[in-house]
Amino acid sequence: MSVSPANEGGRWRALPILGLKAGKLIATVAVTFLGLLVVTFLIGRVVPVDPVLAVVGDRASKSTYDAAYIALGLDKPLYQQFFIYLKQALSGDLGVSVLTKKPIIEDIARVFPATLELATAGIILGTLFGVPLGVWGAVRQGRLPDQVIRVVGLVGYSAPIFWLGLLGLLVFYAKLQWVAGPGRIDIAYEYTVTQTTGLLLIDTAMQGEWGAFRNVLAHLALPATLLGYFSMAYISRMTRSFMLAELGQEYIITARVKGVAEWRIIWVHALRNAAVPLVTVIALSYAGLLEGSVLTETVFAWPGLGQYLTNSLQNADMNAVLGGTLVIGIIFVGLNLLSDLLYTVLDPRVRRRS
Amino acid sequence: MSDVSTRDWLLSDRPASRRQARLGQAYRTWSQLRRNKLAMVGLGIVVVLIVMAIFANVIAPDDPIRGGDLRTMRLLPPSWSHLMGTDDQARDIFSRIVHGSRLTLMVVAMVAVIATPIGLAVGTTAGYFGGWVDVVLMRTTDIFLAFPRLILALAFVAALGPGIENAIIAIAITSWPPYARLARAETLQIRDADYIAAIRLQGAGRARIIWGHIVPLCLSSVIVRVTLDMAGIILTAAGLGFLGLGAQPPQPEWGAMIAAGRRFMIDFWWVATMPGIAIFVVSLGFNLLGDGLRDVLDPKGET
Amino acid sequence: MTDLLQVAGLNVSFPSRDGPVRVVRDVTFNLGRERLGIVGESGSGKSQTGRAILGLTPGSGTMTADRLTFDGIDLRQASVKTWRTLRGPRMSMIMQDPKYSLNPVMKVGLQIVEAYRRRGDATRADGRDRAIAMLEAVQIRDPERVFRAYPHELSGGMGQRAMIAMMLIAEPDLLIADEVTSALDVTVQLDVLRILDDLVRDRGMGLIFISHDLRLVSSFCDRVLVMYAGRVVEEIAASDLHHAQHPYTQGLLNCLPQIDGARGPLQTLTRDTAWLA
Repeated sequence: MSVSPANEGGRWRALPILGLKAGKLIATVAVTFLGLLVVTFLIGRVVPVDPVLAVVGDRASKSTYDAAYIALGLDKPLYQQFFIYLKQALSGDLGVSVLTKKPIIEDIARVFPATLELATAGIILGTLFGVPLGVWGAVRQGRLPDQVIRVVGLVGYSAPIFWLGLLGLLVFYAKLQWVAGPGRIDIAYEYTVTQTTGLLLIDTAMQGEWGAFRNVLAHLALPATLLGYFSMAYISRMTRSFMLAELGQEYIITARVKGVAEWRIIWVHALRNAAVPLVTVIALSYAGLLEGSVLTETVFAWPGLGQYLTNSLQNADMNAVLGGTLVIGIIFVGLNLLSDLLYTVLDPRVRRRS
Repeated sequence: MSDVSTRDWLLSDRPASRRQARLGQAYRTWSQLRRNKLAMVGLGIVVVLIVMAIFANVIAPDDPIRGGDLRTMRLLPPSWSHLMGTDDQARDIFSRIVHGSRLTLMVVAMVAVIATPIGLAVGTTAGYFGGWVDVVLMRTTDIFLAFPRLILALAFVAALGPGIENAIIAIAITSWPPYARLARAETLQIRDADYIAAIRLQGAGRARIIWGHIVPLCLSSVIVRVTLDMAGIILTAAGLGFLGLGAQPPQPEWGAMIAAGRRFMIDFWWVATMPGIAIFVVSLGFNLLGDGLRDVLDPKGET
Repeated sequence: MTDLLQVAGLNVSFPSRDGPVRVVRDVTFNLGRERLGIVGESGSGKSQTGRAILGLTPGSGTMTADRLTFDGIDLRQASVKTWRTLRGPRMSMIMQDPKYSLNPVMKVGLQIVEAYRRRGDATRADGRDRAIAMLEAVQIRDPERVFRAYPHELSGGMGQRAMIAMMLIAEPDLLIADEVTSALDVTVQLDVLRILDDLVRDRGMGLIFISHDLRLVSSFCDRVLVMYAGRVVEEIAASDLHHAQHPYTQGLLNCLPQIDGARGPLQTLTRDTAWLA
C-alpha cells in the first residue's frame, strides 16, 4: 500500500488537466459569446426607430437614404445580416458611434480604464472589510458582529445605489467637504498628467505628480467606497456562511485536540478552506460591480463605460449601446470563467479528480 | 366541526380531505412564519404598500400631477401640511410617493406574473426531458444569465423605447433565467422518484405530469426566490427610472423622482431623498419577508 | 496503579425542542496506564464521553461532572491556557475517518509537524525529521511521499496511520481512540490496531478505546465499559466477558456469530425500558 503515482510531480502535474478543463470552459464560453451576439443583434433589430434615419438624418434625400440603406446591409435577409454582424464583431468592429463619430471599439477602449479603476478600488475595499467582518461574524455567531453583518447586508440589498451616492455627495462633499466632488480629477490637475494606462492613480504615481495623485484619490474615495460597501455586504455574508461550514468540520476538532492556537485554527485552517469558494464569490462580486458602476458613474459624472452607455442611450445611439452591452457581457462571462478556473487551482481535491 | 376547534382541525394529522390537508399545511407554514418578528415587519411593509396603492386616491392629500401655486409652494421643506415637502413643480411629495406606490406595485406584480411561469416552464421542461431539449434550453438561459440584469434591461429598453410597459417587459425578460435554473434543479431531483413513475404508469401524459405534479413541488422554492428577487426588481426598475427609461414624467415613479430632485440636492435635499427612502423601505420589506419565507419553506438554504 | 484519569458523575446534555436531552448520564470510571474499552451502539454516548474528557463538548451542549481529574488537574475548571498545555503533549484523540479529520487543503506532513512544533519551540528541520520518524514508526513505507501528500491522496489505512503519527508525536500520556477502525476494511483494521498496540505498549500510555465492535474491544483492551443510552451498564475485565451480568451485555455477546457455536438463528437484542432510567 503506497501513495499513488498521481502524486508524482505535485502541483505542476495539474497543468494538462487544467488545460483540458480550460479548453472545455472556453468552448462553452464561445457558444455563450455567440449567443450574446445573437441577443444583441436581435435587440438591435427590435428598434422601432429607423436605423437609417439615425445615420443620415431626417432631411436626407431619397437617394441618400437608399444608398445608406444598402450600405448598412438592410436589404439583405436577416441571417446574412447576422453573419456580417458576427464577422464585424469578431474583428473588433462594433460600428461607429453616432455621437462621437468614432469607432465604438475605440470609444470603449478609451472609457474602460475609468470603470476598471473604480471597480477594482471597490472590490479591494469590499474584500478588505468584508472578509474579516464575515470571519468575525462566524466566530462570534449570534452576537454583535453577526447582527452587524445582517444589517449591512439588508441595507446593501435594499438601498438604491444611486440614491446612496447622492446622499454621500450631499453629506461628504457638500456639507463636510471630506472628499472631492463628481468627476475623476479636478480641471486644475487634468493636464498635469499624461494618461498612459488610463488608471489615474497609477499614472500620477508613476509620474511623481503627487498633488494630482491626492486629487484623484479624493475623487475616487466616495464612489469606490459606495461600490465597496455593496460588495462588502455580499462578501461578508458569504464569508460568514463558508466559515461556519468549515468550523463545523472534523478537522477543526483535530486541530483543537492538537492544541493549536485559536487564531491559527480560524485563519490558517478554516479560512484557507473557506477561501476556495470565497475566491469565486469575490470574482462574481467584481462582475456585479460592473453593473453597479453604470448607475454610480451617472451620479458621480465618472467618464467610464457606464456613463458611455447611458449617454449613448439618451442620444439613441443604438450601436454604441449594443456595443457597450456586448463588451460588458463578454467581461462578465470572462469573470465567471476565471472564477471557475480559480476553484480548480485552489482546491487540491478538484485538481486530482479531473 | 362542532366540538373540535378550528385550530385543532387544521393541525390534525389525519386530514379527511385534500382541502383540509392543504389548509392545514398553509396554517402550519403561517404560524411558523408568524414567530419571525422581522418577517412580520416585512409582511407589514408589503401590506402597507398594497393598501397604499389601492387607496392612493384616499390616502394622498394632494394631487400628484398638478402642483400648487408655483410662486409660493415650490420646494417647501417637510412640514405638517406637506409631510415630505414639495418639489420644484409645487407638488406634494408625499402624495406623489403614495401614487407612485401603484407604479411600483404594478412593476413588481407584472414582472412576477410574466417571469415566473416562463421560468417554471423552461426549467421543468429542460429538467424533465433532458437530452438536447435540456441543452438548448439551458444554453439559452445561460446566455441571458451572461449579462448583468440592469445592463440587459437597459439594452432592451433602449431598443423598445422608454415607458413603463417596456421597462416591465425588459425586466421580466432578464428575470426569468434564475427561476428556470432553480426549477430545473428541483425537477432533476424529483423526476426519477417513484411517485412520478407511478403517475406515468397510470397513463398521465407528459404535460400533465409536469404541470400537475412537478411544478407544484418546485413551487415553494421558486416562491421564496421570487420574493427575495422582488427587491432586486424594484431596484432595477428604480434604476431604469433614474436613467429616464421607466415611467415618463409627470408620472410619480420613484426612481425618476430622485433623478428630478438631483439638481436641488444641496439646498432642498428632501426632493431626492424621500423617494429613495420609499424605495429602500419597500425593498427592505420584501427582503425581510423573503428571508422569513426561506427560513420556513427552505431552511437548508438551497436557493 | 496510580490513576491517570478519574471520572465521576459525568453528565452531558444537549438542548432540544422538548427540553434538554441527556446523552451521557452519571458516567463514573477510573483509568490508569491501561487499556479501557468503551462499547456501545450509536447514540449510547460513548463518543461524547470521550469528547467531554478532552473538553471538546460542542458549544450547544452542557457538561457537568462531580469529578473529572487528569493527573491531579481538575479539568472542569481548566482555563484555555491549561488546555493548551494538556491537549497535544499530554492528552490526545484519534477520530474515525481521516477523510474528514484531516485538513484537506494542507499537506499531511505539515499537519503532523504542527502537532509537534507549537509556538515555535523547535526548528522546522527538527519538526520535519520527527514527523518522518513518526511516519516510519507507524510503518509507512515511503514516509517522504506521505509527508508531501494531501489527505485525499492517501488510502483509509494510510490516513489513519498518519493520524496516529500526528497524535502520538507529542508523546501524550492519555490517548482516546474514537472508532478508529470503523471506517476501514477488515484486513486494514487489524494492521492499524497492531500498530496502535505496539505504540501504546512501548510508551506506557493510558488508552480509551471507543467502539461499537464488542469482539474487537474484548481482544484489544484490558477492561471494558458497556454503555447504553448514556449510562454505563457494565464494567468488567475483558477476560471475564463471558461472565457478564447485565442482560444488555449478554445480548451483545450472544448476537456475535461463533464459528463453533450453535447453528440456530442468532439472538436479537431485547431492550428493556428499565435500562433507560
